[in-house]
Amino acid sequence: MSDNSSDKLLDIQDIHVYYGAIYALKGITFSLKKGEIVALIGANGAGKSTTLNTISGLLRPRIGTIWFNGKEITQSPSEEIVRKGVVQVPEGRKIFATLSVMENLEMGAFTQSDHAKIESGIQHVFQRFPRLSERKSQLGGTLSGGEQQMLAIARGLMSAPRLLLLDEPSMGLSPLLVEQIFTIIRDINDQGTSILLVEQNAQMALSIADRAYVLETGRIVLEGPAQDLLHNEMVIEAYLGGHQ
Amino acid sequence: MNASVAQKNPLVEAVIRRGLLGKGFLVALAILALWKLASSFMAGPTVFTQQVVNGLQLGFVYALIALGYTMVYGIVRLINFAHGDVFMVGAFASYFAIARWDLNLWLSKVFPTLPFWLSNAIGVITVILVSMVTCALLAFIIERVAYKPLRNAPRISALITAIGVSFFLEYFGALPFVFTSNFITYERPINVINWVISSQGVYVLPAGEAPPPTSIIFSNISLYIIIVSLVLLFFLNYLVQNTRIGKAMRATAYDKPTARLMGINVDGIISVTFAVGASLAGAAGVLYATAFPQLYFVMGIIPGLKAFVAAVLGGIGSIPGALVGSLIIGEAEVLSAAYISTPMRDAVAFSILVLVLLVRPTGLFGEPSREKA
Ligand SMILES: Nc1ncnc2c1ncn2[C@@H]1O[C@H](COP(=O)(O)OP(=O)(O)OP(=O)(O)O)[C@@H](O)[C@H]1O
Ligand SMILES: [Mg+2]
Repeated sequence: MSDNSSDKLLDIQDIHVYYGAIYALKGITFSLKKGEIVALIGANGAGKSTTLNTISGLLRPRIGTIWFNGKEITQSPSEEIVRKGVVQVPEGRKIFATLSVMENLEMGAFTQSDHAKIESGIQHVFQRFPRLSERKSQLGGTLSGGEQQMLAIARGLMSAPRLLLLDEPSMGLSPLLVEQIFTIIRDINDQGTSILLVEQNAQMALSIADRAYVLETGRIVLEGPAQDLLHNEMVIEAYLGGHQ
Repeated sequence: MNASVAQKNPLVEAVIRRGLLGKGFLVALAILALWKLASSFMAGPTVFTQQVVNGLQLGFVYALIALGYTMVYGIVRLINFAHGDVFMVGAFASYFAIARWDLNLWLSKVFPTLPFWLSNAIGVITVILVSMVTCALLAFIIERVAYKPLRNAPRISALITAIGVSFFLEYFGALPFVFTSNFITYERPINVINWVISSQGVYVLPAGEAPPPTSIIFSNISLYIIIVSLVLLFFLNYLVQNTRIGKAMRATAYDKPTARLMGINVDGIISVTFAVGASLAGAAGVLYATAFPQLYFVMGIIPGLKAFVAAVLGGIGSIPGALVGSLIIGEAEVLSAAYISTPMRDAVAFSILVLVLLVRPTGLFGEPSREKA
């Protein structure tokens, strides 16, 4: 790991997170550099979503600090974190079912006040996801699972984030759609957005990530360049379905 | 004893299981009510029409109150039992605005040359706005002081607190230097004009004169209540459907953590929701006091409860439901008072509540609850 803290976009130092008496994150330290895709993999209940929710300010660490772009955000309210450019696309898509597709996108742009920017943002995501523009007045809850995932990502892009936190974007999608989603993720990254990617699909995640961390019951047990982890014995055993 | 008999008889059991008893009762009741309405209409169409107009006017006042119940419930799942007392404060605020400060006439004092109807209309709008702002501020403070600290507490705690806030508002209001515990005569912000609609045509009823039989009296107060309510409902609909804040309210009502991930200040949106609901109750207070010009520190309890029943009937959490439920409660109340017996006025609303809870607890427009952790 680099010691030069200035090129770290996200820097997480030894965070401990509890749900009441449940000790969910037991001291996690990791970082993400500008322009990187970093994957966070681990089994169910390892603490991946907890990590993302702590970064987003929905949960507070009892100990530890979170830095974004050189500024501490550990205690910042979630709306300020979004305003700084850290946007999460939550697990299970979490579309506002009672709002239209268009209104969901507008909620993604809630922190933006410039109407022209919001308008161009909408045009931009409609270009990227033409399906959504066909369905812009449909209620979010009536979209198919795949369309909802597109909408969730599109909604996350609406505030032009600097860092996108993606929580299991491939969950419940057909292999073809998973392929498509990962192409889109790489594309978003190519256009300058850094990405922290949480995935069950370790194969896919490691294939597009620069670096990766393996989380096990609230602790990071392994880290390194994604290509190395793809060939790591332990990772293959636990997350890639044994020897291939 | 009876229960064991019922269990052995498959027919009785099926009737109980499917709630056929309740549904059958409801259908019988509906047929009876329709028959009663039709025969009342045949017996005296003019009186009947008159009552329907009265019911409509009352229904709109209930709607303005019910919207606050339903919006607050939609966003924080709290039955805000202090809401009826906020309505009372709105009525008193307008009393002070009118009787102490003459705000209904301020423009005609500043510009005496303006036509009176215009300056009076603007004065009335001012009075309504004073009540709305007072109630919005009051609800904002109540929410911050009493409810916000309990946001993560069990729901029963907030409910009990709401009852406490309700008593506080009532008995703080009853203090001699606040609203006093006396009945207070309300000075209407507009002069009453009664139009007589009869076979001889439409004319203004001269003061102190009895209307001819078989005529409909239509007062400018009904008109005033219905117009103000419609304007406010229109604004509310615009706010909720088309503005950024309104969309954020709906998003927050649906899913708070995700709303926060969008960068929505959820606490701010909750405050706005309380304030908007309370401002509608404040306006309702002005309208209600204009229709029934007597103020009292517990005057909010019964209209508040009836509006709550209306919100439950419409499906609590549903905005169109609150409107439809209120119009039904308003009509049911006025018609049953006219055609069954005056004390039915209060009984009918609560009978409807019991029926709704038995037969369709989600109300007319409600969906089965979609709870979020
Ligand atoms: N709201 C909560 N209350 C109590 N415990 C929780 C809560 N949310 C998560 N946990 C616990 O915290 C631990 C980490 O959960 P988390 O959701 O972060 O796992 P995850 O790695 O995202 O799993 P998955 O892959 O299944 O999404 C789990 O043991 C879980 O049971
Ligand atoms: Mg998870």
